[in-house]
Amino acid sequence: MTATHAPARRWRPPPLIANPVLRIALIAGAAIYLALALGTVEVNWARLSDGWARGLRFVSGFLEPNFSRRWDDIVQGMIESLTMTVTSTVVGIAISVPIGIGAARNVVPRPVYYACRAIIAVSRSLQEIIVAILLVAMVGFGPFAGFLTLSFATIGFLSKLLAEDIEDIDPAPVEAIRATGALWPSLIAFGVLPQVAPRLLGLSLYRLDINFRESAVVGIVGAGGIGATLNTAIDRYEFDSAAAILILIIAIVMASEYVSGLIRGRVK
Amino acid sequence: MLTIAGLSKRYAKGDKALEDVSLSIPAGQVVGLIGPSGAGKSTLIRCVNRLVEPTSGSIRLGDTEITRLGGAGLRRARRRMGMIFQEYALVERLTVMENVLSGRLGYVGFWRAFLRRFPQADIDRAFAVLDRVGLLDHVDKRADQLSGGQRQRVGIARALVQEPDILLVDEPTASLDPKTSRQIMRLIVEVCAERQLAAIVNIHDVALAQMFVQRIIGLKAGRIVFDGPPAALDTPALTAIYGEEDWSRTIREADDDAADEAAAQDAVRILRAQAPAAAVARAL
Repeated sequence: MTATHAPARRWRPPPLIANPVLRIALIAGAAIYLALALGTVEVNWARLSDGWARGLRFVSGFLEPNFSRRWDDIVQGMIESLTMTVTSTVVGIAISVPIGIGAARNVVPRPVYYACRAIIAVSRSLQEIIVAILLVAMVGFGPFAGFLTLSFATIGFLSKLLAEDIEDIDPAPVEAIRATGALWPSLIAFGVLPQVAPRLLGLSLYRLDINFRESAVVGIVGAGGIGATLNTAIDRYEFDSAAAILILIIAIVMASEYVSGLIRGRVK
Repeated sequence: MLTIAGLSKRYAKGDKALEDVSLSIPAGQVVGLIGPSGAGKSTLIRCVNRLVEPTSGSIRLGDTEITRLGGAGLRRARRRMGMIFQEYALVERLTVMENVLSGRLGYVGFWRAFLRRFPQADIDRAFAVLDRVGLLDHVDKRADQLSGGQRQRVGIARALVQEPDILLVDEPTASLDPKTSRQIMRLIVEVCAERQLAAIVNIHDVALAQMFVQRIIGLKAGRIVFDGPPAALDTPALTAIYGEEDWSRTIREADDDAADEAAAQDAVRILRAQAPAAAVARAL
């Protein structure tokens, strides 16, 4: 009964930012900036009402997709795109794995780490479209430019995520393998790669998927594939054909999503 | 077999982990290294195979000065030192056999390792040690499917397949239940007797150490404060290592346990007596 006499001890979780003045100032500052930023967004209501009708025409095209009119072009574009996707993913992975290992702080000396991080930074800072425009100028129109673009983009993506995964591995088995007197490549093959294998497989499948979608985008700037076909259809206001192409792209992406889910479920 | 002289280790932040440690271990002797957390036990055994770089001092394994080795020389020296870890340190996604064969990585080239095409002699060695630790039925299981005791047996097999001269054992029983702990300690002591291996065993459990090892070294704050047979580890000695505490129960329990373990100790003693003359000669 002594508890009734003692004052209740209150407890609140400690705040993220201990200083109350700083905490309130940061929250208020963020709110004011958001309000001002929203105020600067100009909305042209007249243009919006115009565009509404055009958008509707586009959407109505989707309601009656026309697969037959450009069927030969579509097949040709799809074959180009799929070829581009598979080859660029395979080449990209083959280059990404060594760069990803080199960009993991815990398994390589500092100079190698910085060199590989630099390669990744370059690959990631150049957006696919910009690379595609550059490469189309260099090697000409067609799927070869697309293949180079997607391979280049895969390196930035896969190397970075693989390197981060390697930096998170359990260091104990690596120490144990090192203690046996193993060569450095054997250390990687036994101590590191088995730990990251499921993640590497998952990322590769995901990148295959991204490369297919990107192949449609880079085609618009002249790098071949289904994107080129799509671009032609839209330029000619053939929204029904464009709709057919988009539906096929969505179907292929969904199918690859399903298959990669099955594969990832099997490998743990 | 192993001679350490004047070994010191200072970490970059200035913490002194080891201070002028000197000791010598003959072949076939199992030494228990005890001491409070942070006393430098792990640092000491990691200095021996240079997973941690010593600051000064000398470490000799047979005729080889370990501290001055670089690159290939260090890898060759590491092949002669088997290491066993607290949390087993197995590659969990690899099979038992692959984990054991990883003990031969110091001897095989990269492509053989990468393609898992180990020489038949290494595969024979791996089957032999798996038989010795009692895991022949689990050869192709993944390491993460095994129990703690079984995993530590894989760890022991990986160290033995190196055919080392010395075992460096870091808290082998810290993650195991009391019964499995005894089985694992007994296995380590037995294989050391069979193969005339020197061993340093870091261990927190004083009673368990007294039960199995022939010699105990006590570390406190990086210095050796006790070095003697398990029987000499009395209240003043434990106070010197760990500080003031009621040690009477620890010591009495150890005596009781020692009686329980008499049979096992006898077996080990017989094995030592029977150790081939050649092995004894090599040890000398």
